[in-house]
Amino acid sequence: MTATTGFGSGKSMSPIGWLGMPMLFCAAGTVLLATPIRIFGLGLPEPVFPLTVAFAWAVIRPSVLPPFALLVMGLFLDVFWGGPQGLWPLCFLTTYAAVLSVRRLILGQDFIVMWASYAAATALAFAVGYAVMAMIAGGLPNLIAVGWQFLATLVLFPFAHRLIGRYEDADVRFR
Amino acid sequence: MKAGAYDAARRAVDAVESPVGGALSAPVRWTGSVVDNVRGYFFAVSENRHLKSELVQSKATRDQLEALQVENARLRAVLGIRTDPPLPHVAAETIADSRGPFANTRLADAGRDKGVSEGNPVVSEHGLIGRVVGVSDHVSRVLLLTDAESRTPVLLVRTNGRAILAGDGGDTPKLDYLRTAIDLKEGDRVLTSGDGGVFPRGLPVGTVVRGLDGGWHVALDSDAAPIDYVQILLFSDFSQLANAQALAPKDLPTAMTEEPSASIAPPTTSAPVAPKPSAAKPPAAAKLATPAGAKPAAVKAAKPTARLMSLMPVRAAPVKPPKHVAPTKPASPQYAAPAPPPPRPSDIPL
Repeated sequence: MTATTGFGSGKSMSPIGWLGMPMLFCAAGTVLLATPIRIFGLGLPEPVFPLTVAFAWAVIRPSVLPPFALLVMGLFLDVFWGGPQGLWPLCFLTTYAAVLSVRRLILGQDFIVMWASYAAATALAFAVGYAVMAMIAGGLPNLIAVGWQFLATLVLFPFAHRLIGRYEDADVRFR
Repeated sequence: MKAGAYDAARRAVDAVESPVGGALSAPVRWTGSVVDNVRGYFFAVSENRHLKSELVQSKATRDQLEALQVENARLRAVLGIRTDPPLPHVAAETIADSRGPFANTRLADAGRDKGVSEGNPVVSEHGLIGRVVGVSDHVSRVLLLTDAESRTPVLLVRTNGRAILAGDGGDTPKLDYLRTAIDLKEGDRVLTSGDGGVFPRGLPVGTVVRGLDGGWHVALDSDAAPIDYVQILLFSDFSQLANAQALAPKDLPTAMTEEPSASIAPPTTSAPVAPKPSAAKPPAAAKLATPAGAKPAAVKAAKPTARLMSLMPVRAAPVKPPKHVAPTKPASPQYAAPAPPPPRPSDIPL
């Protein structure tokens, strides 16, 4: 794979840079926070790291590779967390498609607006997961547990924002 | 005579030499202590550095010792769990944990190499935490009771009611399929019921609490402490709990009438067989002895009791034997009431 040089800022759009490294960080964060320790009687939070890249990749530019990367990351989460196979890929791809469809509205907005958009995208992912789990398990998952994981994932938005800020100007064709 | 004079002379010389030698060696001692002081003064920094490094090492050793003491206590607690009848088990450490609303599982570092198989119950030192749903060579995945896909048949100790413990991704799983007639109270103890054969009966699960949704939930016993060390019970089905010897056909004891001298059924030396249609009809009194003693009844009665397994005592209604039938030997050791304690020495009449 050859690196594509952006026309505007000259930043590299290497797939390793904007896809590979974020994937690696997401996997590392997920594994790290799966450590079975308790601090003051509370377990570690368990945010869904890949939702940050699902949002950021859709905002940065349309591409063929991100859906495949999200598929891989979703399968990794299913295997690593022991959930139903296909649950997280479905959530991620739905979120990616939704964000991609409204990309022009999100692009270039303020930090707070972007954060709100990210919150909406995350809520969509959790709604899909909630519905799928309700069908699979035959009962409604606990909304409080869903809320905690949703909040833990919302806190990760600065990472998505940093990724967007780093690569959104890399290819002016998609401005 | 000569020896006595020699000893006396030696003692005299020693007596004189002692103060003289002391006086002569005093300056040497003083000099030595001065040199030591000077040396200590000049080498104080390096000695201080050396002592500090030793102190750091000692602290590290102390911390390690304390950590090992805690680990040792936890392992002892985990290994202290005993099932009745005893089950083979494997101790393991949890190495990863997923706590989300859609998956609640843990990885334990014991796998197929230690005999773990899918379906094995997993307990901590406080109670049941889940069951094994995936096994590889050295690692197994444990589905926690809180997982949204977890369903566990449970028993309410106070009412003897049955329910299904359904995980929902939260901390307190729900009690489903409760009969409305069951009078539940907060604090009721919940054990595994053994229904369905996935879990042995009697494993402690938790206590009943009211949920925020107004429904009945269970506060898990295993939440009392971090689940870092677990015990995987190598339980596959109830057949492994059965005592083959107890289930084997055995000689029935002689049934006696009220008159001790008259036996109504002669003792048999061979295993009882089902009566043939052409066989002579047994005496009417023998029928009274057979309900708890005939072979078919004995086997049928022994099987369910062999399934009984508890970490906690489960009360059973006492069964009164017919008046005119002498107490018979129980069909299975598990049916037998606890043996009376041996008489204390003070109770034995002299």
